[in-house]
Amino acid sequence: MNWILLAVIMILVIWIIASYNTLISQKNQTLNGWKQIDVQLKRRYDLIPNLVESVKGEMKFEQETLTKVIEARNQAISVQGQGVAQIAAQENALSGALRQLFALVENYPQLKANESVTKLMEELTSTENRIGFARQFYNDIATKYNITLQSFPTNTIAGTFGFKNAELFEITNPQEREAPKVSLDLN
Amino acid sequence: MNIYQQISSNQRLTWVFMIGFMVFFLALGIGFDHFYGSGYKYPIYTLIAFVFALTTSFLSYYSGDKMILFSTHAKLIDLSDPVQNQWQNVVEEMSIAGGIPVPATYIIEDPDPNAFATGRDPAHSSIVVTRGLLKILNREELQGVAAHEMSHIKNFDIRLMLIISVLVGSIVLISDWIARSTFSRRRGRDSEGEGGGGMILLIIWLAAAILAPILSQMLAMMVSRKREYLADASGAELTRNPLALSHALEKIANASAPTESINRGTAHLCIADPQGKSLAEESEHENFWSNLMSTHPPMKKRIVTLENMAYLKSE
Repeated sequence: MNWILLAVIMILVIWIIASYNTLISQKNQTLNGWKQIDVQLKRRYDLIPNLVESVKGEMKFEQETLTKVIEARNQAISVQGQGVAQIAAQENALSGALRQLFALVENYPQLKANESVTKLMEELTSTENRIGFARQFYNDIATKYNITLQSFPTNTIAGTFGFKNAELFEITNPQEREAPKVSLDLN
Repeated sequence: MNIYQQISSNQRLTWVFMIGFMVFFLALGIGFDHFYGSGYKYPIYTLIAFVFALTTSFLSYYSGDKMILFSTHAKLIDLSDPVQNQWQNVVEEMSIAGGIPVPATYIIEDPDPNAFATGRDPAHSSIVVTRGLLKILNREELQGVAAHEMSHIKNFDIRLMLIISVLVGSIVLISDWIARSTFSRRRGRDSEGEGGGGMILLIIWLAAAILAPILSQMLAMMVSRKREYLADASGAELTRNPLALSHALEKIANASAPTESINRGTAHLCIADPQGKSLAEESEHENFWSNLMSTHPPMKKRIVTLENMAYLKSE
């Protein structure tokens, strides 16, 4: 009788340790995913002044757009380290301003023929995509973490040790793509 | 089937292929010792075959990707070329989406559009494209192709395909050699005469040696066809844009002249059949015969599947 009780306790302890470790590893993956977004955001902050600098000679009459881009960039830098919602709002404003600038560059054939401008634009386009994909990846692993966190019976462990839900990026831009329904079952 | 099941199935199959390969070579070696004998006290051919099989498996695991890159004349991407720089960017974007390290990127100077990935795991992987692919696809379509290759890497398809292509390649070489050397030797030895039982065994052994390459190629094709659909689907999951890949496949199908720098042994690695076969491309459904001899599922069917995904999404 005694050792049945002992076995039950043992199993319980092993289960607690295993769930705790799963939570920890998923939490760290989520944090790492978040850092990856930061890396790309920094890359964007560095690229923007270069682009503005190299197009401003030709785009004398687009001062308004150029200032808007720079302002949006500085705004975005100022909210760094704050909550997901605030960061997302500023970053989306910056993306909007950049998109406007890109559309305007289309009207300047001299700029489009300029090698350093096209290179900068390619780098920025790529950075925009990287930010999008880094967020997508973050949302995927954060969702996985949240599901583990909220599922019974792991939620009891999460509650005891104070694990909190990870915040997700809302898709504010309707153009941003939703996940397609994918089935990997073939036969 | 989810990605983890897919990965473990691939790792299991890799082992199955390696063991099957060793068994095949052992049988060859034992056959050699039995029918030709060496005059030594030890079964020398069996030992040679065993060592050969072991080294080949080992080499193909650790440097098979380099052999393949070398045989296709792939060279590292040149970032000063804007088109190649863009491709590098696209690959980096998709590696972020897939959450894996950035693979090495190579280019083949071939006007026919094609691409493949190789390596033994995500940390040791390479993506190869032809010049033609970079020329005809736009940025979005390139993203679709990169995502397709990224899925092959993520699922460990690359490891399985790598092992298969090197092992099947050496089976083909060896059995060609056996067939040739046996027929020339036997002509010389016909007068000696042999028992009827021995003769039957010899015929079975020879038949196995000659059929092995055909069977192993068919097996490789079967494994590869199934994985193309999976990579299409999980690639679309990465870009969240199935239509980009389906447009890319359409362009590739329309331009499909044979990719000359990619030989038959590497065919099942590619995104589209480098033979530029029209038989399989035409039909919307798989049929037994077109299937049997092709490394890829029919292009039309892949495109339709991707379009259905996009349709489901917009619903």
